[in-house]
Amino acid sequence: MEHQVTILVLAALFGLFMAWGIGANDVANAMGTSVGSRAVTIKQAIVIAAVFEFAGAFLAGGEVTSTIRKGIVDTTAFAGSPELLVYGMLAALLAAGVWLLIASHFGWPVSTTHSIVGAVVGFAAVGVGVEVVKWDKIGSIVMSWVVSPLLAGTIAYLLFMSVQRLILDTVEPLRNAKRYVPAYIFLVGFIVALVTLLKGLKHVGMKVSMPEAYAYAVLFGIVCAGLGVAAIRRLHIDPAADRDFHFANVEKVFAILMIATACAMAFAHGSNDVANAIGPVAAVVGVVQSGGEIAQKSALPPWVLLLGGAGIVLGLLTYGQRVIRTIGTRITDLTPSRGFAATLAAATTVVVASGTGLPISTTHTLVGGVLGVGLARGISALNMRVVRTIFMSWIVTLPAGAILAVVFFYLLRAILG
Amino acid sequence: MAPSNYFSRLFGNSPVSPLQRHMEKVCACVAELIPFFEAVLARDVERMAEVQASIAQREKEADALKHELRLQLPKGIMLPVSRRDLLEVLSMQDKLANRAKDIAGIMLGRKMAIPESVAEQIMEFVRRSVDAAMQARKAINELDELLETGFRGRELDIVDRMLDELDRIESETDDIQVHVRAGIFKLEDTLPPVQVMFLYQVIDWIGNLGDRAQRVGSRLQLMLAR
Repeated sequence: MEHQVTILVLAALFGLFMAWGIGANDVANAMGTSVGSRAVTIKQAIVIAAVFEFAGAFLAGGEVTSTIRKGIVDTTAFAGSPELLVYGMLAALLAAGVWLLIASHFGWPVSTTHSIVGAVVGFAAVGVGVEVVKWDKIGSIVMSWVVSPLLAGTIAYLLFMSVQRLILDTVEPLRNAKRYVPAYIFLVGFIVALVTLLKGLKHVGMKVSMPEAYAYAVLFGIVCAGLGVAAIRRLHIDPAADRDFHFANVEKVFAILMIATACAMAFAHGSNDVANAIGPVAAVVGVVQSGGEIAQKSALPPWVLLLGGAGIVLGLLTYGQRVIRTIGTRITDLTPSRGFAATLAAATTVVVASGTGLPISTTHTLVGGVLGVGLARGISALNMRVVRTIFMSWIVTLPAGAILAVVFFYLLRAILG
Repeated sequence: MAPSNYFSRLFGNSPVSPLQRHMEKVCACVAELIPFFEAVLARDVERMAEVQASIAQREKEADALKHELRLQLPKGIMLPVSRRDLLEVLSMQDKLANRAKDIAGIMLGRKMAIPESVAEQIMEFVRRSVDAAMQARKAINELDELLETGFRGRELDIVDRMLDELDRIESETDDIQVHVRAGIFKLEDTLPPVQVMFLYQVIDWIGNLGDRAQRVGSRLQLMLAR
């Protein structure tokens, strides 16, 4: 194959551009509930996001990357003309990136996941042939887009109900908060660690057996809970603060939980959304590395995951922190006890999806979680019109991503081919 | 590129604290009736005018808060309570301030005086009616705690007890009203008929304060009972 170096450089550049876009826009949504509930300051949120997005991308991003890379299109169909797969994946990246740029300029609620899936399907179906698309896989991905907000909503509802039952609606909410919050923190650490150990680490070359994974996950959960207990001990409980609003100190304890949840959310987001940027890169690199062959079994080079993680952090630091600031000033009435329920539900759903290799929209999932708490009468005001536009947006995004991908596909083929 | 973010638009502003601020303003307005009636009894028209102006001013400020809150609650917003009940509570609170303004307005306009023999009873009547408004405010002030606990459980019982107390105060004002009316009835023949007519009018209106405070409470109860 010709222009090998050019192609690799292009793939890396486009992937970096896309990852930058995710860091610039999407990460802010993932951090929104945490910043909005004032549990973390904006600076802390940026540090948490940078560290945990990167960790999530690198440690647990492999499974979804593999889906975008070879799960949506049947790569074996390209055996005769691998350059088409290369052009197509490059076109998909460019299409999704450009579409995101347009959308975020106008403030449209567009998901990176929907853009890239639409783009990959678009170039494959139109540029090559409808039969190369694995429609059954697309079916399950689309199903997961419907299921993930519902699941997050249900988990959030149940979490918030449990918080009511165990802590808020009791005679001594503060004492119960101190007692149960570490248990919730354990849950956060356990779930994130378990999914990562079982599904993520094999992509960076570590193999962990099932019982080991459970043991390590429990251990990690206990360590997290221990840190939580220490943090709660250090809290300054001020009885005077409860005079006007009786739950002021209880919310302080929840703020600790919210910090743990914010870390989990950033990790989850990194693990799922990094694939949107580097899945196509991985496909291109795979073709180039095997000397123009389509190798179904080739492993994912770790530097590709690193590239994605770095791109996200770069986007966050250059532009994303401004968006986080905006969110922080806009969301004013969310308290940590609600923010945590919505965020943990979303983080859990996303992490599980990442482990299963399903590319889902983090924002949609988070909106689902927020609605779940809202249905439990936990949130003072939610704009249902915005909810509708957010959920309807993917119907526009899929064809938009697809059409742009087709255009770029023909362009790239004309230039490079 | 200006950072505009759709996710944060999902969250509306809480109606709870504006509703509480409105009630705060309404009660400040109603409470001024006490110095106002003291001025009436002292036949100090200048002081009456002064307090009436202050009542009107506070009523106006409450009105502004009311409009602000209404604009903040467009259709299609999801609240933990019914939007209609919430707006109903708001409008009941508003009516409380309106009535205080009516009372001060008509008494100042007609430079009304109150017969010595019922003075004490009327003062008691006004005080108790203001108490009713204050008790309603106390219940409204629990709304943020109610929101925190998801409008159920212990916190709901606390508010229920407050509303029972409100009912008690209101029925007390009813009893006082009967006495005041009886007192005026005895004087009817000695006073100019027009003045008597307006005295009854004012007594009616003071009685309204208790009723309306109670209606704030019962609307609140409806809102919570969804």
